[in-house]
Amino acid sequence: CFAPFLCLRPPQIRVKPDRTGVVTDGVKHSMNPFCEIAVEEAVKLKEKKLVKEVVAVSCGPQQVQETIRTALAMGADRGIHVEVSGKDYETLGPLQVSKIFAALAKKEQADLIILGKQAIDDDCNQTGQMTAALLDWPQGTFASEVTLEADKLKVVREIDGGLETIKIKLPAVVTADLRLNTPRYATLPNIMKAKKKKIVNVKPADLGVDVSSRLEVLKVDEPPQRQSGVKVETVHDLVEKLKEAGRI
Amino acid sequence: MTSAGSYCCLERSSWRLQLWYALLHHPSTLFLNLTELTDQQKEFQEVARKFAREEIVPAAPSYDRSGEYPFPLIKRAWELGLMNGHIPEDCGGMGLGIFDACLITEELAFGCTGVQTAIEANSLGQMPVIIAGNDAQKKKYLGRMTEEPLMCAYCVTEPGAGSDVAGIKTRAVKKGDEYVVNGQKMWITNGGKANWYFLLARTDPDPKCPASKAFTGFIVEADTPGVQPGRKELNMGQRSSDTRGITFEDVKIPKENVLIGEGAGFKIAMGAFDKTRPPVAAGATGLAQRALEEATKYALERKTFGKFIAEHQAVSFLLAEMAMKVELARMAYQRAAWEVDQGRRNTYYASIAKAFAGDIANQCAADAVQIFGGNGFNSEYPVEKLMRDAKIYQIYEGTAQIQRLIISREHLGKFKQ
Repeated sequence: CFAPFLCLRPPQIRVKPDRTGVVTDGVKHSMNPFCEIAVEEAVKLKEKKLVKEVVAVSCGPQQVQETIRTALAMGADRGIHVEVSGKDYETLGPLQVSKIFAALAKKEQADLIILGKQAIDDDCNQTGQMTAALLDWPQGTFASEVTLEADKLKVVREIDGGLETIKIKLPAVVTADLRLNTPRYATLPNIMKAKKKKIVNVKPADLGVDVSSRLEVLKVDEPPQRQSGVKVETVHDLVEKLKEAGRI
Repeated sequence: MTSAGSYCCLERSSWRLQLWYALLHHPSTLFLNLTELTDQQKEFQEVARKFAREEIVPAAPSYDRSGEYPFPLIKRAWELGLMNGHIPEDCGGMGLGIFDACLITEELAFGCTGVQTAIEANSLGQMPVIIAGNDAQKKKYLGRMTEEPLMCAYCVTEPGAGSDVAGIKTRAVKKGDEYVVNGQKMWITNGGKANWYFLLARTDPDPKCPASKAFTGFIVEADTPGVQPGRKELNMGQRSSDTRGITFEDVKIPKENVLIGEGAGFKIAMGAFDKTRPPVAAGATGLAQRALEEATKYALERKTFGKFIAEHQAVSFLLAEMAMKVELARMAYQRAAWEVDQGRRNTYYASIAKAFAGDIANQCAADAVQIFGGNGFNSEYPVEKLMRDAKIYQIYEGTAQIQRLIISREHLGKFKQ
């Protein structure tokens, strides 16, 4: 499972005039880098013959089909496009996405869900954890190494203090961190083969999921403009200025 | 009076008829699909672009300095399916059209035209086999290219004959079931790395024999005794590409390796160009695009007289003209590629594309150096390499002058009809 992300090329990030979000018109969408890593890991597991089938899932408008195709070209077997567009897409957040993923996992009888640890447009870092909670499945987040051992998954997690190794039972949710692997290029022959692979369209309502948001964005502002500083001649002047500004 | 009057009417109406006929059949009215690439084409372009920018661009300067053959990059391109796109599917290839191949070529050339030329030489060497080979030849020589990353080469030019292909002197004499070849070839790209060559040699010694019957195309295994590649030539640009002279001394070629038959060689050699000129034009366009991007980036960073240099009209006008040339060159090669993919003879468009792209690549590279100023002249910055690399685009695959000969001939020919 993965989410498409907004590719924003600095310094062109602009807040919308109505301050409800960031301008996304005409911005190229491509696969979230952490999700690319997740797809790569799934394909690797299939190549090692440890999993039978890799299904790539994405939620969003028509354009996400391109990212699903990329996943198919990398080696996923089939795709599921959960169609969410327009206003619903603008307010689509981790909670709704996790509900969709949980519903799909039950429907598809999945044994393992791998996704990127966070999307680089909103940096929420919530979908994987919420999905696991909704399914009551164990989770291995920030994975930098995943090994299948019989019916258990050994996950090495990147945490603040270093690396933590855990063993979790399947079915489970894993979120991919940067050092898990290096995603392969889709080769041209695989891109051609991917065209024959199926992408199924599904609506959230079909899965019994309500995508309305419980959150309301009040406003989005640019970070405050950096104020220019003042040059001083001596250390004495510096101390005086700092005292004036009430900093010391 | 009656006959004169009716004669005038007939002339006028037949002229109108001719004009209407010409407009109806002018290919430009049928030129669709220019604005939007298909999803597959976009994906192919993405892969090529990513590979070029992430892997070729950083490695290119050191290959340029050392002149070392960029085999690791070529191998990577082969693994990704970015090479040998024209090889038909029944030989293990992807059977891509020229248009798709051009999209890939432009992206790779953006990274480094030396690397891209080494890759393109494969297409050039393979094209005679693709268009004229029999099933056995195709399976044998194209098949092996898809099984491992092998190179091939197009062996036509000689020290004494470049543009004047009919003036080549390499001789092939039939002896029993073989041909014995003696001669000297020059400026053969991939000359020292090829697994096999397409060779053009003269089989009819009679000087009065027309070019269309005097030459034969052969496939020559590079390890055949008597094939002697010379030293790697040190060129102005595209220095990572392997260019050599090759001596053929009593080289024996089995008759199974003749393409079509004795005397068919000239047409095959020339026919290959209609399919390989658009990609060469695409390569030149990729170089020009690189020049434009590097110059634009620099112009938005460098300040002079209190402003970014891009804000001075002298510089922004240079960039505008570079942009004009790049866009037009792109449209030109796309047209030429599209025409041949539609099954039409594209000689006119292919020559226009190649001539124009070669010229503008040189102009854009020089303008990029100009925009960089003193830094542009220096090897620490990427644009002086572009100037050195661009020059060959006005020379190989048909010189700028030969292209003009072809274009004028085609144009006058059409006009006289």
